[in-house]
Amino acid sequence: MATNWRDAAKPIDRGPEPGGVGAVYRVFGETLRGLKTTFGRAVEGHHVIQYPEEKTPVYPRFRGRHKLHRFEDTGLEKCVGCSLCAAACPAKCIRVVAEENTPENQVSAGERHAAVYEINLSRCIFCGYCEVACPFDAITMGNDYELADYSRSDLIFTKEMLLADSPEHTPLRREGE
Amino acid sequence: MLEGTLVMIAKSIIIFVVFLQLVPIVLLAERKVMGRFQSRIGPNRVGFRGMMQPLADVGKLLSKEAFTPASAIPWMMAIAPVISVTTAVATMAVIPFGPYDAWGGGFGLYGIDVSIGILYFFAFGSLAFYGLMLGGWSSGSKYSFLGAMRAAAQLISYEVALGLSLLGVVMTAGSMSLVDIVEQQSDMWYVVPQFVGFCIFMVAGFAESARAPFDLPEGDAEIVGGYNTEFGGMRFGSFFMAEYMEVLVISGIAATCFLGGWRGPGPEALAPLWMLIKILAGAFFFIWIRSSLPRLRYDQLMSFGWKILLPLATLNVLVTAIVLVVT
Repeated sequence: MATNWRDAAKPIDRGPEPGGVGAVYRVFGETLRGLKTTFGRAVEGHHVIQYPEEKTPVYPRFRGRHKLHRFEDTGLEKCVGCSLCAAACPAKCIRVVAEENTPENQVSAGERHAAVYEINLSRCIFCGYCEVACPFDAITMGNDYELADYSRSDLIFTKEMLLADSPEHTPLRREGE
Repeated sequence: MLEGTLVMIAKSIIIFVVFLQLVPIVLLAERKVMGRFQSRIGPNRVGFRGMMQPLADVGKLLSKEAFTPASAIPWMMAIAPVISVTTAVATMAVIPFGPYDAWGGGFGLYGIDVSIGILYFFAFGSLAFYGLMLGGWSSGSKYSFLGAMRAAAQLISYEVALGLSLLGVVMTAGSMSLVDIVEQQSDMWYVVPQFVGFCIFMVAGFAESARAPFDLPEGDAEIVGGYNTEFGGMRFGSFFMAEYMEVLVISGIAATCFLGGWRGPGPEALAPLWMLIKILAGAFFFIWIRSSLPRLRYDQLMSFGWKILLPLATLNVLVTAIVLVVT
């Protein structure tokens, strides 16, 4: 079937010709419309969150700074120093040095524990692969996002810092909010 | 004689001080009101709700270096902001804030009542552009130069329409004195019979004060900062201040010639209050327009000035003349 493309084509919807008396009228009308729009915004009120005082609540699955966890009953660390997180990390920002647990020094529930556990947050891309890789749920992504600091070395978080409760409490959004 | 001189000195000091104090108010209002128009709050950190923001701005500008580029002409760079500020302040002298003897004591609430008030305003309005042009040209930078050239072309295009728009008022009032013009508006504000003139005056006034949407001499998006690119510290501050003074002057002339000047309900002693309200309303309109309209393209600015505004203003004058002769 042959289509007559000339008939099928729709004419382009062009604006009115510029210039002339009509243009003066249109410019005037459109200017008033613009003024009405901005005035409407002023009447409507602002949409500002006063950041340092007010914080936007984050979603439950928000990936902020990492946290290391302990068992709540025994107080032992969940991390057994397997380095799977370090292997999964695309940014190579996790450094784990494992050590055997001894009866006098039982740090974790498994055979070994992490003697050194460092995350270089200046390299971290907050992808959450470490959380997925961890077989013991020892590392999870927390909610804190206010991580700015004055020097790069301050952004290398040690095991103690990651185990401690975060000093800032980022507000969390309720489920379904 | 001595008493008259003292009254003159007192009046000029009061006008200067009040006028100078209006600048930070308008500056703050611009930032706050424009914030509201853009769904934000505006400055709110310095002082109560950001009231001290203009002070902080001035403090910042004062502590900055007044840099002079190697390719610049130093004395001209120093004199350009002074021209801008002086011309803006000088115009304020003729804007009447009240009639003769409104507060008793046998003096008028205006700097001087010159018989050529409107010409005086035009004269200083034209001189104000020398500040922009010399500033831009003497900076020795291509962006400043472009800004200066734009300022010159814009002045020529819009000064004519500005003059013709006020000619209707002058013909109707039969006087160029701003005090007489306000006196003539006792029955009806000139905005009603001269509505077209009022619109033309406002549009050309925006161009005259180089404010958005006619801020091409500054044009910060395309030519960095235009004429004031190379100015730092309080030299820039002076240009900045002159811009806001120009806004107040245009609002003042618009209020005087079209909106009944000091006229308003209440006793005659309240005249300056009404005048101030009208001036600030004009400044609000300037801010409103600035937050609503984008900057014009350069050729659009030119064709609008010459092809639309100028014929319209001429037509307005012709129609006014015919109506005046017939009635």
